[in-house]
Amino acid sequence: MTIATSTSEAPLAVKDLKVYYHTRRGPVKAVDGVSFELRRGERLGLVGESGSGKSTIALALMMAHKEPARIEGGSVLLNGSNLLDDNNERVRLRRLSEIAMVPQGALNSLNPVMRIRDQVIDGLKDHNVRMSDGEFSQRVAELLDSVGLHRDVASRFPHELSGGMKQRVAIAIAISMNPSVIVADEPTSALDVVVQKQVVQTLREVQERIGAAAIMIGHDMGLMAQFASRIGIMYGGKIVEIGPVSNIFNNPRHPYTRLLISSLPDTRSKRRLEGIPGLPPSLLRPPPGCVFHTRCPEAMDICRQDIPQTRELDENRFAACHLYNDDDGKVVVL
Amino acid sequence: MTTTQVEQSALQTDSEPLLRADAVSKTFISGTFRKHYTHALDTVTFSVPESPPTITAIAGESGSGKTTLARTVLGLVEPTAGEVVYRGANVAEMSRAQRAEFRREVQVIFQDPFESYNPFYKVDHVLRVPIRRYKLASSKSEADDIVVEALRTVGLRPEETLGRHPHQLSGGQRQRVMVARAVMLKPKIIVADEPVSMVDASLRATILETLRAMNRDLGISILYITHDLTTAFQIAENIIVLYKGRVAEAGSVESVINDPTHPYTQLLVSSIPQPDPETQWGREQDSRDEDEIPLTGCNFYDRCPVRADECMSADPPLYRTAENRITRCYNYADSPVHLAADLRSVFAR
Repeated sequence: MTIATSTSEAPLAVKDLKVYYHTRRGPVKAVDGVSFELRRGERLGLVGESGSGKSTIALALMMAHKEPARIEGGSVLLNGSNLLDDNNERVRLRRLSEIAMVPQGALNSLNPVMRIRDQVIDGLKDHNVRMSDGEFSQRVAELLDSVGLHRDVASRFPHELSGGMKQRVAIAIAISMNPSVIVADEPTSALDVVVQKQVVQTLREVQERIGAAAIMIGHDMGLMAQFASRIGIMYGGKIVEIGPVSNIFNNPRHPYTRLLISSLPDTRSKRRLEGIPGLPPSLLRPPPGCVFHTRCPEAMDICRQDIPQTRELDENRFAACHLYNDDDGKVVVL
Repeated sequence: MTTTQVEQSALQTDSEPLLRADAVSKTFISGTFRKHYTHALDTVTFSVPESPPTITAIAGESGSGKTTLARTVLGLVEPTAGEVVYRGANVAEMSRAQRAEFRREVQVIFQDPFESYNPFYKVDHVLRVPIRRYKLASSKSEADDIVVEALRTVGLRPEETLGRHPHQLSGGQRQRVMVARAVMLKPKIIVADEPVSMVDASLRATILETLRAMNRDLGISILYITHDLTTAFQIAENIIVLYKGRVAEAGSVESVINDPTHPYTQLLVSSIPQPDPETQWGREQDSRDEDEIPLTGCNFYDRCPVRADECMSADPPLYRTAENRITRCYNYADSPVHLAADLRSVFAR
């Protein structure tokens, strides 16, 4: 059972994380008891629809969530030490050096009036990296090389770069201090399909080269199939199923995962496209029992009453669904 | 197939189509002192027949001109050259009466369902306005019936939709209300500009299926503008692939996507992230070389993995490589040049 053991070696172990948005009408439980572990060098895809809590997880992992969002509980063990216990200064130092983010739109994350070179060096200096100017320039050139950009890009401004080039710069900055975890939140959402492929492949290459673990957050199952080695499916603030990418696609077990996979169009054969009927749940007043029961074609009485526990159904694959209560898969206490 | 045969098959479809874009070009000019010309569309010709109702995908990346083409077809952008003709009348020169009819019969669905709404009005508002404007109902109860009917057609429950504000609906519901609004007017054509790109996967399928049903059951032709070849494959019969304002390849959607001939289409298809971990991305790489942008010749030259010197000499014509296929690439110079301007003659029916 890998979800809860070997914590000491895992670069990232998230346990029972809860992030609520506090509104006048009460807490919106955007992330409600999420646990997962990232192993060294692995690529996890976190998939979910809008409102499933996936982007809130990304923000919380970077400790970049803002009011009215608050972390209500759980722990985020980054290289064995809980990020939630750290003060602001320590969190700042651990960002970039231990956990770094490739943001959604690099268009907005780069400083428009600063040359690329200075933006890369800025992060390093901010983390007390001391080098001579020549060494800094050398490091910038190496980083640009590693993401497939020409060294000349260093002297350019963001507006002189295409969307794909900017996203590569964002990757270069993210790996500038060899972090052990890279968090990529929909890193290609505004890019054309050809550029999207290049950016995702670049991300994969550098992740493998520096041996970091990566989490990619998104809704595009196609991208996940190409990138991830393991996939977690989010629904209503929870991970409902998590497992190796081939198991998730070829033999989904949670009814939501099944419907999601069967709703995906491909270019092999034309067929009737089936969506998932109904609406995502209100996270302000989540339904009792299983959060998916209102849309689940297999819902039983128990689903309306009891929150399903997460079980290991087969090796490395976990799902939270009452359908598997009779299986011998043991309950994982999260 | 010989040239004469190509011309003949073009003639067979020569009855006046419902909508025809005739060698449409659009050049945007920017800059105060030094003029900068952007050729968003370059002599694009295609048509939508009166019958049978068709679904045609217009696909391309950003900058391909697909949205400019959609806006030109809708009469929102006036072409620099060429014309868009609806029922025999040039859209740019229509009389008020003709334009009113055109506005009703050619409907549009935009990408972002949120931006099409005024957040202060209830959803009902977007459905009531066209009823009033086009006098579709003579009484309040008749108007109610039309609204309810339209919502049911797109698979929405009226009691769960009416009386709500846009933010109380999901993205998929908002987009389906927009389809309902379009359908209510009994249009001949719906121009759908990236209708599902902002919608979650589980709802995307429902909207595409709704569009398909509109085509099949209500006889509405659809121009499906997209960057996503996968949904284009699922929904359309035929596809036009645009690159920098020009038609790179066109034909039946199965043949174009499963066996692309133009190097650009090949690049696009190999970049599709297939939702299948066993089908990993193809090896094709973008060979873009910015020092290689030619002033004349093929507009894909700088990115083409199979470029040759002749590609710089002149813009390649469209070659008819198969019954249902044309491609703009000298690699197929053995095939006859496609002389009929309209792409309709190569489309599968």
